[in-house]
Amino acid sequence: MGPILETIIGGLMTGMLYSLVALGFVLIFKASGVFNFAQGAMVLFAALAMARFSELIPQWTGIQDKFTANALAFIAAMALMIVCAWLIERFVLGKLVNQEGVTLLMATLGVSYFLDGFGQTLFGSSIYKIDVGMPKDPMFLFEKTFQGGLLVNQEDLVAAGIAAALVAALAAFFQYTGTGRALRAVADDHQAAQSIGIPLSRIWVIVWSVAGFVALVAGIIWGSKLGVQFSLSVLALKALPLVILGGLTSVPGAIVGGLILGVGEKLAEVFIGPMLGGGIEIWFAYVLALAFLLIRPQGLFGEKIIDRV
Amino acid sequence: MKIRTLALAVTALSALASTGAFAQAKEQFIPVLSYRTGPYAPNGTPWANGFVDYLKLVNARGGLNGVKLSFEECETGYDTARTVECYERLKSRGASFVQPLSTGGTFAITEKAPADKIPLVTVGYGRSESADGSVFKWNFPIAGTYWVASDTILQAIAKKEGGWDKLKGKKIALVYHDSPFGKEPIALMRERSALHGFELTLLPVTAPGVDQKSTWLQIRQSRPDYVVLWGWGIMNTTAIKEAQATGYPREKMYGVWWAGAEPDVKDVAEGAKGYNAVTMQHGAEPNSKVVKDILDMVHAKGQGTGPKDEVGQVLYMRGAMSAMLGTEGIRAAQERYGKGKVMTGEQVRWGLENLNLTQPKLDALGFAGVMRPISTSCVDHMGSAWARIHTWDGKQWKFTSDWMQADEQIIKPLVKSTAAKYATEKKLTARNGADCQS
Amino acid sequence: MIYRENGQFKTSYRADQAIFPIAQDRLFIGLLLVVAFVVVPGLASDYLLRALLIPFVIMSLAALGVNILVGYCGQISLGSGAFMAVGAYGAYNFFQRLPGMPLVPALILGGLCATCFGVLFGLPSLRVKGLYLAVATLAAQFFADWMFLRIKWFTLDTPSGSVSVSNLQVFGLPIDSAVSKYLFCLAMLVVIALLAKNLVRSAIGREWMAIRDMDVAAAVLGIRPMYAKLTAFAVSSFIIGVAGGLWAFVYLGAWEPAAFSVDQSFRLLFMVIIGGLGSIMGSFFGAAFIVVLPIALNQFLPAILGMFGISISTAGISHAELMIFGVLIVWFLIVEPHGLAKLWSTGKQKLRLWPFPH
Repeated sequence: MGPILETIIGGLMTGMLYSLVALGFVLIFKASGVFNFAQGAMVLFAALAMARFSELIPQWTGIQDKFTANALAFIAAMALMIVCAWLIERFVLGKLVNQEGVTLLMATLGVSYFLDGFGQTLFGSSIYKIDVGMPKDPMFLFEKTFQGGLLVNQEDLVAAGIAAALVAALAAFFQYTGTGRALRAVADDHQAAQSIGIPLSRIWVIVWSVAGFVALVAGIIWGSKLGVQFSLSVLALKALPLVILGGLTSVPGAIVGGLILGVGEKLAEVFIGPMLGGGIEIWFAYVLALAFLLIRPQGLFGEKIIDRV
Repeated sequence: MKIRTLALAVTALSALASTGAFAQAKEQFIPVLSYRTGPYAPNGTPWANGFVDYLKLVNARGGLNGVKLSFEECETGYDTARTVECYERLKSRGASFVQPLSTGGTFAITEKAPADKIPLVTVGYGRSESADGSVFKWNFPIAGTYWVASDTILQAIAKKEGGWDKLKGKKIALVYHDSPFGKEPIALMRERSALHGFELTLLPVTAPGVDQKSTWLQIRQSRPDYVVLWGWGIMNTTAIKEAQATGYPREKMYGVWWAGAEPDVKDVAEGAKGYNAVTMQHGAEPNSKVVKDILDMVHAKGQGTGPKDEVGQVLYMRGAMSAMLGTEGIRAAQERYGKGKVMTGEQVRWGLENLNLTQPKLDALGFAGVMRPISTSCVDHMGSAWARIHTWDGKQWKFTSDWMQADEQIIKPLVKSTAAKYATEKKLTARNGADCQS
Repeated sequence: MIYRENGQFKTSYRADQAIFPIAQDRLFIGLLLVVAFVVVPGLASDYLLRALLIPFVIMSLAALGVNILVGYCGQISLGSGAFMAVGAYGAYNFFQRLPGMPLVPALILGGLCATCFGVLFGLPSLRVKGLYLAVATLAAQFFADWMFLRIKWFTLDTPSGSVSVSNLQVFGLPIDSAVSKYLFCLAMLVVIALLAKNLVRSAIGREWMAIRDMDVAAAVLGIRPMYAKLTAFAVSSFIIGVAGGLWAFVYLGAWEPAAFSVDQSFRLLFMVIIGGLGSIMGSFFGAAFIVVLPIALNQFLPAILGMFGISISTAGISHAELMIFGVLIVWFLIVEPHGLAKLWSTGKQKLRLWPFPH
C-alpha cells in the first residue's frame, strides 16, 4: 500500500509541475488560436535569463542578499520576456494575421529554434544554477503507519502549491477581467475582434507576456529542480499530452490533465514498467492521452469542434 | 534590391575565399569532433577544451619531432548523423585519427574507418569488444573500456563489503542511459552477477534523462544496496538530485567515469557528498606537471581554449589524455616511418598499435602520478586496465582507493567471444601472425 | 513566350491526361533527369555526394511520403520518424534473418512493415482531428523509440542495440562508393515519385484532397472517410518506411533508435511545410532547403564573419545555425505561406506571359 500511495503522491506533484509548462500552451491557444510550439524554448530562455541574472546582479551591483538579488533577477528576466513577447508580436504574429493554423504552428516552431539558439548565444550552454531557497531534502510522513514512511518531495510540494495558485489567478483573470474577455474574443475570431475595436497587437503582446510569465515561473521551478540547461526545452514534449488531454482551450483542463497523466505515467512506470523492461513512461503518457481522446476527441474540457459544411 | 545583390556578391566572394584550403605540407591534421551545444554540452565542452589545449601544448613544445599539428573542430551535438557528417567533411584533409566522443558515433564510424583508413581512437568509451585488435584493426579503446569500468566498480563494491563472497544476496541497481552507451556494461555485470550471486536490477532512463522520478521511486521501493550510475550529461545531475530528494545515501552510489566529473556534482555540492565514481587512471589533477605546462605555455600566452579554472578538472584531463594518446601514436609511427615526416592514417594506425608508453616517458610528458604505463599490441588495442575510485567531498574529487586492475580472467573471454561474433557477422577473418606485424 | 502552350493540341484523352502535358515541361524534366543521373555523379566531389546529395535524395523521398499525408490528406502527423524507424528496422530484419535476401525486396518489405505500423497508429485519425491528431501521432513516435530500444528481437539481440549493415549490392553491383549510393537512391526516388504523382492525380488522390478540404462534405458526397484516411496513412508510411530503410542502410550504415528521434519527425514536417503542402515538387524544395542549409551555414558563416573580423567558435556556429534557421522559417512563412512550391508555380505563371505583363 505504501509504495502505491507514494507513487500516486509523486505522480500528482509531477503532474502539477508539468501543468505549469502546459499552462503556457493553453494560454496562448486560448487567447490567440496559435499552438505555441515555442513554449519549451520560452521556458528555457526564461530560466536561463533568471539563472544568469541572479548570478550577475550580485557582481554588477554588489548586492549580496540572495533574496534581493533573486527578486531583481526575476524582474529583469520578466522584462526580457516582455520584450520577447513584443518582438514576437511585431515580427511574427503581426505579419501572419488570419493565416491557417498550420502556418502559425510552423512560425512558432521557427521562433522556438531562434530562441534556443539566441538563449544559448546570450547566456551559454553549461548547466546554471537557480537557487530560490527551495528545500532539497525529502520529507517522510506517516512513519508509524508505513514502513519507512511516505516520501514527499518538499520541493515538489512547494512547486505544486505555486502552480495551483498561478492557475487560480489565471482562471480568475480570464473569467472576471475585461482584458480576459478581450483575450477570449480574440481567440474566437481575430477579424471580428478587430472590427469591434479590440486592439489586436496589444492583446497579443499581453498574452505572450503572460505566457512568458508562466514560462518564467515554470523555468524557475524546473531550473531549481534540475539545473538550467538546454534539456529543459525537452520538458515541453512531456507537457504536450497534458494539453491535449485537458483540452487546448481550458486552463483547469491543463491541471486535471496533469494530475491524471502524472499519476498514470508514474504508476505505469513503477509497477508495469519492470515487466516490460522499463522506460515506458513517455509513450504511456501519450497513449493514455490518446485513449481519452478517443472517448472525447476535443479533450476533457475542450470546446467541441464544430464543422460547418 | 541593391542590398540583396550586394549580399549575394559578398556570399559568392566568401565562398570562393573559403574553398581555397591549401594543405600545409609539414602539418599533421587532427579533426576534433566535439559537442559544445545540446544536452551533453556541459560535459563535452571541458573534454574538448582539454583536447585542444593539449594539441596547442604539443605545438608549443615544438611539435612531434618538428612536425606541427593543425586541427579543426566540428560540432556534432552528440548526434550520430552529424558526427558522420563532420567525419566525412574532415577526413579528406588527411586525418591522423578520429575521436568522436560518442558511442553511437563510434558504432557508425567503425563501419567506415577501415575503408577510409583512419584509426578510430576511443579513449574510455566505444565498443568494449573493440579491445580485440585482431578483429577490430582500426579501433583503439586505449586505456579502458566500459567493461573495465564496470568491473572496477564491482571490485570496489566487493572490497567495501569485505570480499566477493559477501556480495551473495545483495542487490545492485544499474541506472543507465537508454542508449548503446548505457547498455554497454550490462553484459559484464550479468556475468559477475551469475558468478557471485548478487541481484542485478536494470533501470533504463530515457534520454536525455531529465525525468528520473519514477526510477528513484523504484529504487526507494526496492532498496538496492548499491546503485551504479551510467549516465552522461544532464542525466547525472538529475540522478544525484533525485537521490538527494528520495534520501538514497550518496555513499552507496558509484558512477562510471563519464558520470564522475565536476559538472555533474558542482550544483549539488554538499548534497552529492560521498558520491563515488570510477576513474580511468586520472582524476582531477590540478597539481600535475602537464597542467602546469599548459597554464604556462598555452594559457599564459592567451591561447587557452576554455576558462582557466577548468584546467585540471576531471573531464579536461580526460580530453588532454585522449589527445596525448593520439599524438603519441603519431610519434610512435614516426619512429618507424620517418621522424619529422607527416604520417598517413595507416602509419598512425601502426603507431597506435605499437604504443609503448613507459612510466619515464609518461613522466616526461607531464603525466607523472596520473597515469600508469600503456602498451598496446596487435591483439590488445586497450593497452592497460587500471583504474581508481574517487569520491566527491563537497568541494573536490579525492581519490579513495588504490590502483585496481580489471580482472582479465572475466573480461578477455567476453571480449574474444563478442569480437568473434562481430567477425562472423561481417565475414572478417581475425588477423594473426604476419598481418599483425604490418 | 518560352513557356506558351500555343500550338500544342491534344488529340487523345491519354495525351491530355499526361503528367506533363506541355512540351517544355517534358523537356525540362528530361534535362533534369539527365543532369541528375549523368552530370552530377560525374562532376560532384565525394564529399558533396555523401554529405549533401545522398541525404537530399533520401529526405525528399521521406518528405514526399509526409506530404501525401499532411499536404494531400490534411492529417498532421508528427510520427514520421517512427515510420522511418520501422521501415529501417523491418528492412534490417528481413535482410539479416533471411540469407540471400536481395536489397530492394528487403527495403520494400520494410516499407510494408511501416505500412502496417502506420495504419495502426493512423486509426485515431478517424476520431481525432487537427492539432489533437498531431500530438496523438507523437504516441507512435515515442512508442517506436521505446520498442527498438527494449525489444531485443528487432535488433537481432545485439547487446548494445546498435545495428549495422554492410556489403550492399543490387544485381551483383556493389553499392559502396558515393556515386553508386547516390544513383541507387535516386533511382528509387524517381520510381516512387512517379508512382506517387500518378496516385495523387487519380481518384484516390482526389478523395484525399476532398477529405483535407472539408471532410464532412466529403462524407456527405459518398467518400468513405475511413478508407481515404487509412489509405493515406498506408501509402504515406510505405514511402516513409522505404526512405527510412535507405537512410539507415545507405547513408548511416550503422544506426541506433536515436537516429529516428522526434527531431527527425519535426524536420520532415518542416520540409513539407516550407516546401509547400500538397505538392510533389514542394517535397523536393523543402528537403533541399533543410538538408543544405545547415551545411551551407557551417561553411560560409565563418568566412563571412571573418571578413568582418569576427571569429566564431563551433558552438557559436551551431547556435547561429539555429537562429538563422528559425528566422528563415518565419521569413518564408511571411513571404509565402504556401511554401516554395507556390513560389515556383507563380514563377511558371509569370513565365507563361513573359515578356508580356498580362
